[in-house]
Amino acid sequence: MILHLKLNGKPREFDVAPGERLSDVLRREQCFSVKVGCSTGDCGTCTVLVGGEPIVSCLMLACQAEGAEVLTVEGLGEPGRLDTLQESFLDEGAVQCGFCTPGMILSAHALLETNPSPTEDEAREALSGNLCRCTGYENPVRAILEAGRRMAGEES
Amino acid sequence: MSRRNFHVVGKDVRKVDGRELVTGAPAFADDFPQPNMLYGKILGSPHPHARIRSIDTSGAEALEGVHSVLTYENVPRARGPVGRRADLFNRVPYTRAGQDYPEPSPWDFFLLDNKMRFVGDRVAAVAAETVEIAKKACALIEVDYEILTPVLSPEDAFAEGAPIVHDEPDVQKAEDPKRNLCASVDVYLRDVEAGFREADTVVEGSYSVPRQQHAQMELHIAISYFDEDDRLTVICATQVPFHVRRQLSQSLGLPVSRIRVIKPRVGGGFGGKQEMVIEDICAALTVATHRPVRLELDRYEDLTAARCRHPMKLTCKTGVKKDGSLTAIEMIALVDAGAYGSHSPTVPTNTGNKNLPRYRCRNMHYRFDAAYTNLTVSGAMRGYGTPQGSFALECHMDETAEAIGMDPVDFRLSCTVVEGDTDELSPYIYEVKSEAPGDETKPEDVAWPITSCGLHDCIQKGAEEIDWARKRKEFDKYNVSNPVVRKGIGMCCLSQGSGVAGIDTANATVRLNEDGSAILFIGAADIGTGGDTVIGQMVAETLGITLDEVTVYSSDTDVVPFDSGAYASSTTYVSGNAALKAAIEVRDDLLTIAAGLMGEEAGNLRLEDRQIISSRSSKKIPLRDAAMHSIYKNKDQIEHTASHVSPVSPPPFAAQYAEIEVDTETGEVRVVEFVTAVDAGTIINPQLARGQVDGAVSMGLGYALTEELMHDENGVPMNRGLVDYKIFKAVGMPKMKTIFVETYEATGPFGVKAIAEIPTNGAPPAIGNALKHALGVRMRDLPFTPERVLRAIGKMK
Ligand code: FES
Ligand code: FES
Repeated sequence: MILHLKLNGKPREFDVAPGERLSDVLRREQCFSVKVGCSTGDCGTCTVLVGGEPIVSCLMLACQAEGAEVLTVEGLGEPGRLDTLQESFLDEGAVQCGFCTPGMILSAHALLETNPSPTEDEAREALSGNLCRCTGYENPVRAILEAGRRMAGEES
Repeated sequence: MSRRNFHVVGKDVRKVDGRELVTGAPAFADDFPQPNMLYGKILGSPHPHARIRSIDTSGAEALEGVHSVLTYENVPRARGPVGRRADLFNRVPYTRAGQDYPEPSPWDFFLLDNKMRFVGDRVAAVAAETVEIAKKACALIEVDYEILTPVLSPEDAFAEGAPIVHDEPDVQKAEDPKRNLCASVDVYLRDVEAGFREADTVVEGSYSVPRQQHAQMELHIAISYFDEDDRLTVICATQVPFHVRRQLSQSLGLPVSRIRVIKPRVGGGFGGKQEMVIEDICAALTVATHRPVRLELDRYEDLTAARCRHPMKLTCKTGVKKDGSLTAIEMIALVDAGAYGSHSPTVPTNTGNKNLPRYRCRNMHYRFDAAYTNLTVSGAMRGYGTPQGSFALECHMDETAEAIGMDPVDFRLSCTVVEGDTDELSPYIYEVKSEAPGDETKPEDVAWPITSCGLHDCIQKGAEEIDWARKRKEFDKYNVSNPVVRKGIGMCCLSQGSGVAGIDTANATVRLNEDGSAILFIGAADIGTGGDTVIGQMVAETLGITLDEVTVYSSDTDVVPFDSGAYASSTTYVSGNAALKAAIEVRDDLLTIAAGLMGEEAGNLRLEDRQIISSRSSKKIPLRDAAMHSIYKNKDQIEHTASHVSPVSPPPFAAQYAEIEVDTETGEVRVVEFVTAVDAGTIINPQLARGQVDGAVSMGLGYALTEELMHDENGVPMNRGLVDYKIFKAVGMPKMKTIFVETYEATGPFGVKAIAEIPTNGAPPAIGNALKHALGVRMRDLPFTPERVLRAIGKMK
């Protein structure tokens, strides 16, 4: 069957099998930012935004995403220019192995869209679906708060 | 080299691999699929202990899309240099523990065998067009098992008449497989019995620690293929590419020259990838099919059939005088090695020798016995045996302090080591292990001097930070009037090592480009820790350039020089030293050229900010001029390779403090604040170092409170995945504070010691000691689950 998506801002069509998961389709289509750490919805490394909401793409059948707007980390920033969150993740040392990073950045992105200056607790809450074994979450949380501040600075 | 103002070292610079990771660019093994790739799947044993009577693979082979089904009856061994031909029988014992040759770990594993030694052990391996087909094929394999009685604990293993886990005649290097004894150590420093007699009080206690699992986010994965020259290439998530290459050669029969192992970015290792968990069988499928094969464990397999931290039961006994001085310490550990002996001679050795030596005591006894059982295989895990001993010893030292009525902090200050003391136990254990009978080495003859030690500073600064003295008293009062939610505060002190002395070897090559920038080739395997960045910083500092001007290549066995790999906290200390040596040789060549160009003596020149500056005449020339001269005038590109192996393993030290609240109705323990004060020598990149501490603490918190891989009474794993193997989440982490107590370790590059492991060790004892403070009862078994807490206070049976 043919799946129609707006993937990272561009209308795309993919040939998918009925039981295929969205995570597998995205990886097959070169969105390598989408990681698969469990396939059971427990780790959050496969997080993508569907209609602006973070979802675990390993639990979503590709066909369920028909017609949706899907954002992966490949859709952030511009060629040669990183997005504010990507910058703040680098500046705050929020990336260790980096396997959880795309998922975290997308969860954070969804948070900042609706809540541009979150508290530390809100930032932690936003990451509650993203497991990380490397950072203890300290630097990622810092990075989210810093990105919020930078975005506020850019706007004013 | 002494301390001075550095430009790149000591600074928070961005990670050299950060950009690819935040953009999600292809970086990890799974991001490099090969054309015509097949998918592998392992059929795991459903029984903990069984022998295959017969196996029928015809149904699986007949399935459309299946290309190969390997069992112990047809697993190939490559013949001839290119592996084009293969013998259909391969039975070579080897170990998959990623250690220097000859591995201390027993050779007790076979690519495929007819004996199953734990649930998940390899029955067969399939390569097929898709993962689904491979799974279906596994289900179609018919196996007739002779079920054997499983060995489910070390006590069972050592019992009279116990079934033998390794009864095969060709097992090698296991200590006494007929008794299920995988490995042991029994070493005395002088006379503990005399020490106990000398003591005012003798304290004893027993403790147990569970199976913890790495739960790194990236699963074990390998992609193997024959390249255009018919060389076997394996792209894999490993910490030890050079050991994998050697062990692939041993297990498959291909010469090392025909194998290339590439470590791309790795999504966390923590010791679990200091092990050839799947590369051998993945490559065997490539040898059998001549097709690229991708093999990845699923999370259940990764959790239950890869590796875990050695579970142990420990007893400690200490003789103490009223003034807090120690007359004897004894630690005895009963260790569960699991079904294979990976790292089992070495991990439990560390349990003693990375813990006991931080206490000043002349008489010591350390013993362990590691048993083969039919359970998940134990192996390397961050801390490498130290956390088990830290939990036991640091709880025990609190009990010892209490027995003589001393405050835990004051007690630690009275009996832990300072600069100028020695570590006798660590070198002595190795000496005794290798000693011929009659050859009597004295501990003081082999002792390692402790050349840098900030432990007392760590203890004091940590105590100040968490406000120890005040809270300790205040909580006592608080708990009397607030019986439901109690408060407690506890501490511990810690030590570790920096690399494996005399064994870990690193090489680095520094090549200078004509513009003065450099390319660094290191064998060291950055698994997310920032090793590439930190070593790059050292090279940049030495050459007077920025980190942007250093391009780092690591861990492709065809490209970079040999390195033992990323383990034992060795990267910064050992591999950093190799890179520093190479960079210094490059610098010296540059200065010689510049001396000629400037009419100065090389000894008066230094490199700084891309300039070569004379300290005598303050003349300067751009670094680029000397670099251009070397290539285009001298026709000789400057490049140096240097090696490093350290004769010592200087311990980093730390103190950790936990403040907790415990709900006596639900049994829930909440960690409110956690403080780490650590002496890791010079800190090269404070932000990355703090990140190491944060991550290590979160892993320690899991070990203390939530993480346990369990098996039922039939030896079947009970955890299904990350849903019920609980690691800490962002919500629930305590307030964290890290203090660096910088010392200068003269044997380390720029004065560094190791940082990555030591902060993993302290959460369990610090929380255990805080629980004692809060509840008045000593909890001796990890993890401190609500159920255990309720049982400890008598609210549950
Ligand atoms: S891979 Fe989807 S949640 Fe883990
Ligand atoms: S950075 Fe490694 S899992 Fe988060």
